Amino acid sequence: MTPFLLKRLGIGIVTLLLASIVVFAMLEVVPGDPARMMLGMNATEDAVQALREQMGLNQPLIMRYLSWIGGFLTGDFGRSYTYSVPVAQLVAERSAVSLPLALISLFLSTVIAIPVGLYAAAHRGKASDTVAMGASQLGVAIPNFWFALLLVYVFAVALRMLPAGGFPGWGAGVWPALKALILPAIALALPQAAILARVTRSALLDVLNEDYIRTARAKGLPRNTVLWRHALRNALIPVFTILGLQFSFLLAGTIIIENVFYLPGLGRLVFQAITQRDLIVVESVVMLLVATVIVVNLLVDLSYAVIDPRLRNA
Amino acid sequence: MDTPVAPIATPRTDDFWPRAFANRSFVIGFAITVIIAFAAALSFVWTPYDVTHLVVSDKLKPPSAAHWFGTDHFGRDILSMIMVGARNSIAVALVAIGIGMGIGVPLGCWAAARGGWLDEVLMRFNDVVFAFPALLSAIMITAIFGPGAVNAIIAIGIFNIPVFARVARAGAIALWPREFILAARAAGKGRLLITVEHILPNIANLLLVQGTIQFALGILAEASLSYVGLGAQPPMPSWGRMLFEAQTMISIAPHMALFPGLAIVITVLGLNLLGDGLSDLLDPKLRRQR
Repeated sequence: MTPFLLKRLGIGIVTLLLASIVVFAMLEVVPGDPARMMLGMNATEDAVQALREQMGLNQPLIMRYLSWIGGFLTGDFGRSYTYSVPVAQLVAERSAVSLPLALISLFLSTVIAIPVGLYAAAHRGKASDTVAMGASQLGVAIPNFWFALLLVYVFAVALRMLPAGGFPGWGAGVWPALKALILPAIALALPQAAILARVTRSALLDVLNEDYIRTARAKGLPRNTVLWRHALRNALIPVFTILGLQFSFLLAGTIIIENVFYLPGLGRLVFQAITQRDLIVVESVVMLLVATVIVVNLLVDLSYAVIDPRLRNA
Repeated sequence: MDTPVAPIATPRTDDFWPRAFANRSFVIGFAITVIIAFAAALSFVWTPYDVTHLVVSDKLKPPSAAHWFGTDHFGRDILSMIMVGARNSIAVALVAIGIGMGIGVPLGCWAAARGGWLDEVLMRFNDVVFAFPALLSAIMITAIFGPGAVNAIIAIGIFNIPVFARVARAGAIALWPREFILAARAAGKGRLLITVEHILPNIANLLLVQGTIQFALGILAEASLSYVGLGAQPPMPSWGRMLFEAQTMISIAPHMALFPGLAIVITVLGLNLLGDGLSDLLDPKLRRQR
């Protein structure tokens, strides 16, 4: 491991540690006693005290933090106050919706954005470039939940091609489940694609000014070969960085989009858990999402070494 | 000794406006922003209809000469509600920028001026805040402290802090080794005085450009929060909430969803264009390739 990678890894771990403290502290200040929330307003003081003891709420702050983080690392997230099932089970069930949703949108945004960015960069200053960049400017400005409503109106209400919401579950077959995810995935992907297309274009424009591109063209390589093989490869680092950062937006986007489409995913789970004061679920899911963001960004940084051999020994 | 030279072209007022009016992004963005701001300001004294007045007989009317954007399920005029809602969006986004700049810029400047471990610590905290999907934390904050415009402002404001801290730090770090700063240090000025007298004026342009971008993001974030019911509370109209209410009516009154959404898109588009234009005009070195 090079010093660069070690340093980056160290920063990632410190960030995770600080983030866990922030999440824990944030939920410590929430008003209301979880034990009383669970038992209802009519419970006796003794019953509440007994449950507090059982849930470990009477332990000192630091012990509760350590036991939470210890459980988190071993996959034991505790039990949900409202659903009375292990949080890990809830997370697993809901991830079966959110993870495919996030991956489909990431895939969609990449396959839209990179060709558009390439095309715009290759036709810089021409009408097609202006149109593509105008469209991306518009895409950045569209709130994903509004776009979702428009999609519902067109494809569910007017054309009746796709469901307006809900999720049949993967047990109902792959196609019905995928059908339920198509509109949400498009709604999530569009703003991301718009940003990514702009980044791809400007990264490519930087690269296209380099001497080696002129050399490649001068030795007679076709324009498209130069664009795809020489230019795109060298422009990938900023594109990858943005993809990593977008993962965070995508996760946040699922909270809103899953609410629009009534999808039983992680975003909807955390939103409902917050309104129901199911703190153990909030704590674990938020920490899981934040950890995912940190790890993804770390992996993106580490992947630079793979994409660009020049950075391996930097 | 040479007179200090500003590292980033500071616009001279005599040639800023002529150049600005030749910049397409700036002109369009500026025009849109002025129109939206005017509509919001106008709503304090006049709206086509009273937004608190419910006329049930007029409910769910499509756009017409009497109601340009139609009416909602309570018979309220949608144009009037969008005008009043603009107030809310602008106020939330502006105050959130104030929080972000007010805390982020001093932190960024401090990190740049001191360097070393302090810089490292502040930047690590920045990383932590960045690791939280902003909307997720905004939802947590508003859910913990209760929904409402004020908590929405705080939630969005917190996420502006690291953004401005990063921009201020990057700008300031580039300035510190410059000769005119060295000259100021040789003249015996302290770090604080140099930051106030030389660094801040020279990063103001960067902050202005970032401010426009954060303004647009703030409008989007506010709309998202009020869409899920955590922003401004009824009867105060807000664009996000209007869209939430439109969702259940989408099959019978699609105009209810169309116009508030367009208001958001046009406002955000205008601010982004304004930001692009400003960054071209104020900061030739960082000019985006177009």
